[in-house]
Amino acid sequence: MPMPDWLRSRRGKGADTRDAALWSKCPVCGEVLYRRDLAANLFVCTKCEHHFRMHAYDRINMLIDGDFTEIGAAVQAGDPLEWVDKKTYPVKIAGDKEKSGLSEGVVAGIGTMDGFEVALGVMDFHFRGGTMGTVVGERLTMLLEEARRRHLPCIIFTASGGARMEEGMFALMQMAKTTAAVTRLMDDGNLFVTVLTDPTTGGVSASFAFESDVVVAEPKAMIGFAGRRVIEQTIRQKLPDQFQTAEFLLEKGAIDMVVDRHDLKNTLVRLLQYTSQKQVRALQQVQDKL
Amino acid sequence: MNNSIVERERGLLELERRIAELRNANVSQPVDMSAEIAALQQKYEELQREIFGHLTPWEKVHMARHPNRPTSLDYISQLDRFDELHGDRMFRDDPAIVAGFALLHGRPVMVMGQQRGRDTKENLRRNFGMVTPEGYRKVQRLAHTASRLDVPIVTFIDTKGADPGITSEEHAQSEAIAKCLYEFTEARVPIVASIIGEGGSGGALALGIADHVIMLEHSVYSVASPEGCAAILWGDATKAEEAAARLKLTAADLRAFGIIDEIVPEPLGGAHREPATVVSTVLGSVSMALQRLGAMSTDALREARYQKYRRIGAWETERLEVIGTSR
Ligand SMILES: [Zn+2]
Repeated sequence: MPMPDWLRSRRGKGADTRDAALWSKCPVCGEVLYRRDLAANLFVCTKCEHHFRMHAYDRINMLIDGDFTEIGAAVQAGDPLEWVDKKTYPVKIAGDKEKSGLSEGVVAGIGTMDGFEVALGVMDFHFRGGTMGTVVGERLTMLLEEARRRHLPCIIFTASGGARMEEGMFALMQMAKTTAAVTRLMDDGNLFVTVLTDPTTGGVSASFAFESDVVVAEPKAMIGFAGRRVIEQTIRQKLPDQFQTAEFLLEKGAIDMVVDRHDLKNTLVRLLQYTSQKQVRALQQVQDKL
Repeated sequence: MNNSIVERERGLLELERRIAELRNANVSQPVDMSAEIAALQQKYEELQREIFGHLTPWEKVHMARHPNRPTSLDYISQLDRFDELHGDRMFRDDPAIVAGFALLHGRPVMVMGQQRGRDTKENLRRNFGMVTPEGYRKVQRLAHTASRLDVPIVTFIDTKGADPGITSEEHAQSEAIAKCLYEFTEARVPIVASIIGEGGSGGALALGIADHVIMLEHSVYSVASPEGCAAILWGDATKAEEAAARLKLTAADLRAFGIIDEIVPEPLGGAHREPATVVSTVLGSVSMALQRLGAMSTDALREARYQKYRRIGAWETERLEVIGTSR
């Protein structure tokens, strides 16, 4: 399979040249970082180790060996509620496509990681805050179904502000749809890993993010069901800084591990190794039947 | 506009009381007041139609939250038998979930409902029907039990949303809801869900994955509460009325979308005006659905449930696989 154009251009030019700014300021320590250095350091601040939110294709580039076969890229948002506020929903979507260079809030597909074939879904906060509407739910469901069909392990990176309001109940129902696909994948004995990145909240955290065999999180990622503001308004007091961070969830027993981005690929590959024999056997059985 | 339904209903109830008084007086006194009574009665009916004939989505939100609207326990108490089961086996029992074995028209079921209070004291105990992780873990546990024992699951949904407190976050509210979705998807028995009041967000959906979903005419079911939606999108919770109109959260909208399966009509003025009738109609619908679903094999039931949720969504293109995309 040929290398997709976007991947080739990425590999050739290195850093994200689409971003006009050559420099990025770290939102935590204020250090001004050269984009090229930042990209070389996997978008982790070289001074304070703050993990920047990553673009989906940068993430795929960081994890996948060579080619990446996308699934569901042609699925595009409809407008079931005919939503209008300051703008119509289609106008909002068009704006986010333009700004993010993405066709929707998730990129899904099949590729290899250190030689292991894997189904990989990567959500991107830069597209409507990573909110889950029909397209995100549909693409991930297609990914999970394809993983099941091919006896592949599945890894999903989450980054989401929750359900997408402009799609109303259609958005909420994606929690049910993705869950149904997850149960079938897992029932067949396939490994399912989720990596929770900043932020993972609402309908995404309350569905597939926490249904996996292993829940990994990036350092300091904000993870929770209710948003921080909602809780503060409810209890009428300020929450401690640590509240709802990955480290906090690890301490409370809600997630399996917090992994620095530099160790992430190795960690995922190690996890894949534990079930790779099973995967080989399953594929063997399929071939025997043919 | 806030709580207009309750306000306007008060005027109506006052008129109703005056008509009753006149009727009583008419019997005991020599002067015939039939004409006055008839006039008042006509005015009453006009007013009732004016208020309740065409409820806006926002008015339906208030109707769904009406303090006198029948709650889960009003339905559960009308079952043939009920043995409540308690606790999540880990931490505590959440009173916002009432659940246990029951008989519905002679059929064993596992019933579970979100329970709000009628008054302040009970609301505090039941956390206004906002379920904590412990409640959702009780639901998971009993759904699992029901599935193992081949007992159908019957749920009643009535919540503004899952509890948004500190302890709930510490006890992994997300995981608790996610695993409910998982358990309901996996269940080997028929599931019938009824939205009897407000169905708010993921906290409602946790009891909402079902083979047959019933909704009362004036119940609402939405991705977020109108207040929450307005706060998220426009940073202003006071625009809730506008959000309610945009969210398409009424039973009629959701039936048209194929997200719910059946609407149970309410009497003019709302379910609380004739609670006994509404409760028995809903239970009848649940029973009918269970009968139909009970005839299906486990595999067919689970396949149909999968396909039902698989289909929900709205997107533009046919399903296609595209190899690589240019940015
Ligand atoms: Zn920094």
